[in-house]
Amino acid sequence: MTITEEAPAGHIGARRLRKEDPALLTGESKFIDDLALPGAIWVGVVRSTEAHANIVGIDGSAALAIDGVNEVLSGEDLALLWGEGALPCAWPVTGDMKTPTHLPVARSTAKYVGDAVAVVLADSRYAAADGAAAVVVDYEPLPAVVEIEDAVADGAPLVHPDLESNECYTWGLWGDNAPAVDAAFAEAAHVVSERYLQQRLIPAPMEPRGCAAVPSPAGGELTLYSATQIPHILKVMTAVVLGIPENKLRVVAPSVGGGFGCKLNVYAEEILCSALAMQRGAPVRWTEGRAEAAVSTIQGRGQVQHIELAADADGKVQAVRVKLLADMGAYLQLVTPGVPLLGGFLYHGCYDIGLYLFECTSVFTNRTPTDAYRGAGRPEATYAIERAMDSLAVSVGVSPEEIRARNFIAADAFPYESSAGLTFDSGDYQVVLDKAVALAGVAGRRAEAAQRRAAGSSKRIGVGFSSYVEMCGLAPSRVLASLAYGAGGWEAATVRVSPTCKVQVVTGSTPHGQGHETCWSMIVADKLGVDPDDVEILHSDTAVSPTGLDTYGSRSLAVGGTAVYMATDKVIDKARAIAAHQLEASEDDLEFSGGVFRVRGTPEAEVPLAGIAFAAFTAHDLPDGMEPNLEAHVTYDPPNFTFPNGTHIAVVEVDTDTGNVDLIDYVAVDDCGVQINPLIVEGQVHGGILQGAAQALYEDAVYNSDGQLVSANLGDYLVPSAAEAPRYRLDSHATPSPTNPMGVKGVGEAGTIAAAPAVINAVVDALRDLGVTDVDMPASPQTVWRAIADAQGGAS
Amino acid sequence: MTAVTLTVNGAERSLEVEPRTLLVHALRDELRLTGTNVGCDSSSCGACTVLVDGQSAKSCTMFAVQADGADITTIEGVADADGTLHPMQQAFHEHHALQCGYCTPGMVMAAISLVEEYPGLDEHGVRHGLEGNLCRCTGYQNIVDAVLAAAGSGGD
Repeated sequence: MTITEEAPAGHIGARRLRKEDPALLTGESKFIDDLALPGAIWVGVVRSTEAHANIVGIDGSAALAIDGVNEVLSGEDLALLWGEGALPCAWPVTGDMKTPTHLPVARSTAKYVGDAVAVVLADSRYAAADGAAAVVVDYEPLPAVVEIEDAVADGAPLVHPDLESNECYTWGLWGDNAPAVDAAFAEAAHVVSERYLQQRLIPAPMEPRGCAAVPSPAGGELTLYSATQIPHILKVMTAVVLGIPENKLRVVAPSVGGGFGCKLNVYAEEILCSALAMQRGAPVRWTEGRAEAAVSTIQGRGQVQHIELAADADGKVQAVRVKLLADMGAYLQLVTPGVPLLGGFLYHGCYDIGLYLFECTSVFTNRTPTDAYRGAGRPEATYAIERAMDSLAVSVGVSPEEIRARNFIAADAFPYESSAGLTFDSGDYQVVLDKAVALAGVAGRRAEAAQRRAAGSSKRIGVGFSSYVEMCGLAPSRVLASLAYGAGGWEAATVRVSPTCKVQVVTGSTPHGQGHETCWSMIVADKLGVDPDDVEILHSDTAVSPTGLDTYGSRSLAVGGTAVYMATDKVIDKARAIAAHQLEASEDDLEFSGGVFRVRGTPEAEVPLAGIAFAAFTAHDLPDGMEPNLEAHVTYDPPNFTFPNGTHIAVVEVDTDTGNVDLIDYVAVDDCGVQINPLIVEGQVHGGILQGAAQALYEDAVYNSDGQLVSANLGDYLVPSAAEAPRYRLDSHATPSPTNPMGVKGVGEAGTIAAAPAVINAVVDALRDLGVTDVDMPASPQTVWRAIADAQGGAS
Repeated sequence: MTAVTLTVNGAERSLEVEPRTLLVHALRDELRLTGTNVGCDSSSCGACTVLVDGQSAKSCTMFAVQADGADITTIEGVADADGTLHPMQQAFHEHHALQCGYCTPGMVMAAISLVEEYPGLDEHGVRHGLEGNLCRCTGYQNIVDAVLAAAGSGGD
């Protein structure tokens, strides 16, 4: 890594307002459905209303009778477009993983409610919707597998009979640990054994998906616009699936209205619109409806977790043993099988636990495929260990904060080799917890809770802890290779200084609300000594930013931002060589600060970056052999993950008469390393917390026994509003990550990872003296009331 | 097709729509005012909120023909002609009350209407006044603070 002098303390660390805002605040930004594409063919997708059924017939006559509906195409008709091409799964986690063929539109059998079974082509948005609704599909229903545990029951119907089993794969981290783990459990003074359910969640970014494929009028080239997190990966995959030469394909993500992982995918509609646009020579577009999104976009979570802890008499955990059943849904989307693995390394949480066994069996069900949803595996892991640690605290007879303190990885243990095989970068978990306890006023809350209990109040107070660590900054490419992931984990950046000393940064990282433009500008501006408003950030278009691996897994800053940082260093190196040439000085004698090179000890001998940029442009007098222009490119492959951590404390008021839970206080202390822009960090934490709390209290993709999703719209699927949201009180503690030069870790998923167990631990804490030891998510009034009634002896 | 005349952001616009055309689609597809977004199909999310005769309305819940003769304000019409942001837009900017920005136009329009209708709102009033507008990014706190600040009722 290049070492350069730092610019004077400037933008990094400042609460700088976002440069993205004005266009979004005035309606000027263009989201996918905003694109004007005259003459476009509108696609309506006919979706299965059955969880599992043979498609006996498709009657498009009523649809074709509608004005503006031009064609109805079955999966059989469309097979000509993609032949054997199937939607890609890039993460074959084991050599014997079962992978069903996933056609963009089913040909003979529908495997879940929402599975595409036919397509309508129409002149308008309304005609496409009317046409899709008018297509009559004749189904022959087949037995369906809906719940995870039913999938592995004897005699379960098979989702994919050709695969001969509903078991997709079994993956584990066990090494030769099993005898030692068994011994630890045999000798343990305290054993905790818990079963937790991770309900399925609907990601529900406010912008549904959409795409538009536009062939070049000159022929031979295609531009695919998509509301995607991953234009670069989508480009490669679309080229592979459809056999389009990659150099003839351009993918653009316009403004994207949130993703949360669900736009980290390659979807049927993207392939469908691309293939049709190539065939018809006309723009083809599709915009998802909200109820459609609930079944046609991936869902998150969907696991049954068994976690066991073996602890000594003091509550020091010696071993953790985890068995998961994970729901893949009916098909494997882009990274579906890998999601449980991302949690699989973290079920020991932020604790120093020497013995670790993890095993995950993943199964097919007749439901919408699952895939990455904010946190992707890590919220599930954190939930299990943080709930189990509270159970252990009860067993040992100590407080939640004490059981955590007894087990934390010590601050002087970093870099820490985890029993799951990772090297944790930095942290001081105890300091973080202590800050959270102080900020939350835990002692006062507990006194209040005790008073209410003593008074027989039906409004109970509960305090819940969650201490978490996550692996972010995905990821070292060789580590991904060892996990059988189909791509690397690097990120690319180009930094250009124009003749007039304006800066252009090209990033392979793809924002959809995170504020990349603001943060990347701050990083570059600080290093070059220019104004952040003079730094332009280009992204999200493969014609502008040809290389990149996009945005997911809290990787943007730690990997993409580091690439920008390092490319800026390379620009400075080149500028220094030109400055030395102009000043007739040695490079070693130059210092660079505030955008000016000076000869040390000769302050009048100086040249500003602007002069160097212009000289690099004219190329009249550059050092011998130097290429003109001031530009540098870096592709950065991180040497390790980063490990953000923190402690969150939720305070709830539970009404024991109704089961209602109010989140009355929420404190979060996070260590995401060095913060580039605390304003943006806090925003990420706020939104993350509410998404995690929403899993704890409100959200549930409810399926009935027929495999019908009964919470498909926002009236039934309870995305919280401002009225439910608490006021968050935040603090932070920075242990800079030694993994990258800025010491950053990432924060996009932290809140979501931490929040659900904090909230549920608080609910259980409020009700523990009533005999309640567990409450399923979401802790709806009915669920909480029933838990109380069950604990009180089944009164109902 | 039915003829409809709307005054949109101060300008009279005449258009021909199907009777079942939603106001939001008339604005977006016919008048190309794409700042107003569509986030659901059940009037739950509020992304499509505009002002109809000065009051907030979910434009996915009205037919364009119902708005015939009405005065409509969309997000494109609230900043000054010279580009100076409306105080509510400025407050959203200063309080980092948006991330992806998809809910933002509807949220801003709902907030403008809310503070106009209920002077002296407190935090509770803002939170409940905006419960028809969903945001998935911000956790709402900065939105609430922005609205309180724009309303001159505090907030930090």
